[in-house]
Amino acid sequence: MSFNRRTFLGTAAALSATLAAPMIARAQARPRVVVVGGGAGGATAARYIARDSQGAIDVTLIEPTRAYYTCFFSNLYLGGFYEFDDLGHTYGNLASSYGINVVHDWATGVDRDAKTVSLAGGGSVPYDRLVLSPGIDFIEDSVPGWSLAAQNKMPHSYKGGSQTQLLKAQIEAMPEGGTFAMVAPPNPYRCPPGPYERISMVAHMLKNINPTAKILVADPKENFSKQGLFEDGWERHYPGMITRIGPDFGGGNVEVDPEAMTITIDGMVENVDVCNVIPAQRAGTIAFAAGITDGNWAPVSAYDLSSRIDPEIHVLGDSAEQGAMPKSGFSANSQAKVCANAIIAALTDARAFPPRFANTCWSLIDTDDGVKVGATYEASDEGIVSTSSFISQVDETAEVRAETYRESLGWYDAIVDDMFG
Amino acid sequence: MGPGLRISALALALGVSAGGAVAEGDAARGETLYRPCMACHMIGEGAIHRIGPHLNGIVGRGIGSAEGFSFSDALQEAAARGDAWDEDALDSFLANPRGYLPGTAMVFRGIRSAEDRADLIAYLAEEGNAPAVAAAAATSPAVLAILEIEGDVAYGQYLSSECTSCHIGEGGNDIPSIQGLPPQIFIAALDAYRTGHRHHQVMNTLASRLGDEEIAALAAYFESIAQ
Repeated sequence: MSFNRRTFLGTAAALSATLAAPMIARAQARPRVVVVGGGAGGATAARYIARDSQGAIDVTLIEPTRAYYTCFFSNLYLGGFYEFDDLGHTYGNLASSYGINVVHDWATGVDRDAKTVSLAGGGSVPYDRLVLSPGIDFIEDSVPGWSLAAQNKMPHSYKGGSQTQLLKAQIEAMPEGGTFAMVAPPNPYRCPPGPYERISMVAHMLKNINPTAKILVADPKENFSKQGLFEDGWERHYPGMITRIGPDFGGGNVEVDPEAMTITIDGMVENVDVCNVIPAQRAGTIAFAAGITDGNWAPVSAYDLSSRIDPEIHVLGDSAEQGAMPKSGFSANSQAKVCANAIIAALTDARAFPPRFANTCWSLIDTDDGVKVGATYEASDEGIVSTSSFISQVDETAEVRAETYRESLGWYDAIVDDMFG
Repeated sequence: MGPGLRISALALALGVSAGGAVAEGDAARGETLYRPCMACHMIGEGAIHRIGPHLNGIVGRGIGSAEGFSFSDALQEAAARGDAWDEDALDSFLANPRGYLPGTAMVFRGIRSAEDRADLIAYLAEEGNAPAVAAAAATSPAVLAILEIEGDVAYGQYLSSECTSCHIGEGGNDIPSIQGLPPQIFIAALDAYRTGHRHHQVMNTLASRLGDEEIAALAAYFESIAQ
């Protein structure tokens, strides 16, 4: 066992062709769970299944990157409140402390009849249960003029990592009094308050280094998450800096030209210095390869996050169409625990407990001005439904806002600990 | 050697008179430093026991002497020795709580800066100069009823995964650690959130759907992992 684990960690891609044989031999002895995607959903699920089954289940985590940079809190890096390096986390502890086989490779396909996952590096990994937690991918041509090929000119910066660094560098290089533009995504998308926290953090940065710069947001949505809180905060902290064009004024009719650095809103051409395009989103590509999607997402049961198309595949987080929970790292982490318990109960004689979910999304508007929204959820036959919720109030004291911000820092440390051990 | 002796020796070694070195703190600065304490301790007018005892009159009070609070064995032993929270004892305790009183239920890493500790103690002395109300939330009938239930540790472990999204094992300064809290204190806190006597948006929302069985299970689990 330890031989395999070390081998995987060391040179996974090169050796992945040899994976299949020893795995199949061992599948007889211990049930096998394969998790695709090492983010808030996948890393949590892998860790909880390995930990709580106490070795009774063989867990393999397939994740292409060796260092995972969280998308959550990447806005705080843009605002200068968080160091980029502090967003990065590695998988070593999941292997060494929990005995998880960590395979650094791309999962490229799923053979649901043979119950195997194929890898880009060659070879395949068999499973008894498969957990897909691949996050989001972008819908091609959802913003005319933009494609992934243009992501260096007009970054999306919506998957964490180097794209976030690129966007920050572009903002820092803006000419005095220049224009930062954002194309906001249509619903549903990852992290509902994310684009608006980003606007806040960009405004915070520009207020310090380029106070005459302008922010232009083209938004196809009538309303957005925490709208009252953000608009109140923008008015207080960044008066006159931010212009949001909603669908009434053509915010949904947008075209970009990455070469010319222009954005056309309802026929009006604007020259911009930075253009952050956050396209429309869909489930991660592996969910489509597995054939478990319906429309843009993968529908799942609310009770155990199992696919409504193939109950031996579970889908967590952003890719899942589960009902009322927002697509967030917190939600994915919460769903992973329910899913882990259900999988352990299905594959061993451990007890199954009733599903319960929760989510909280914190956003920072300016220094020490944090807000939050959250809810608890339960399962129903139709999907996950909300049972009760809360949101920050517009008239809160500065002290309450500062406490909310500090609480978000505590949450970051805790969820990372919950994911990686 | 009891804690009292240890601190005297330290004070001698440092060449400071007992009580003198930590008495000149800046209470206004101390108020800011008190923030992380607020998660568990009340101080000032109307303060009552929460997760931790109220801190009115703490400077000079006997260790483990606050009426109506269920102290850990470590503090009860100190109480039996007759140790008191003089400024030196508070200073040493705040520098390294678990080092000074091994077995304390207080989950807090400690404050490295001597100046910060002095300021905090000055705040405790000033703000704590209020009459104690000290009705122990920990002994309400609702809490006693939950204490009667034998908690299901396995269920508690499952439920605890909702806590660990935010509460880290070794508590940060922003969200307190809840690991190893004595059941009475743990239950009293969750009941206070559940009923709205204690206010926090996230905790009120999460606790409002916990039944007695679930609180008992959580308390049993968190107690079990402390051992």
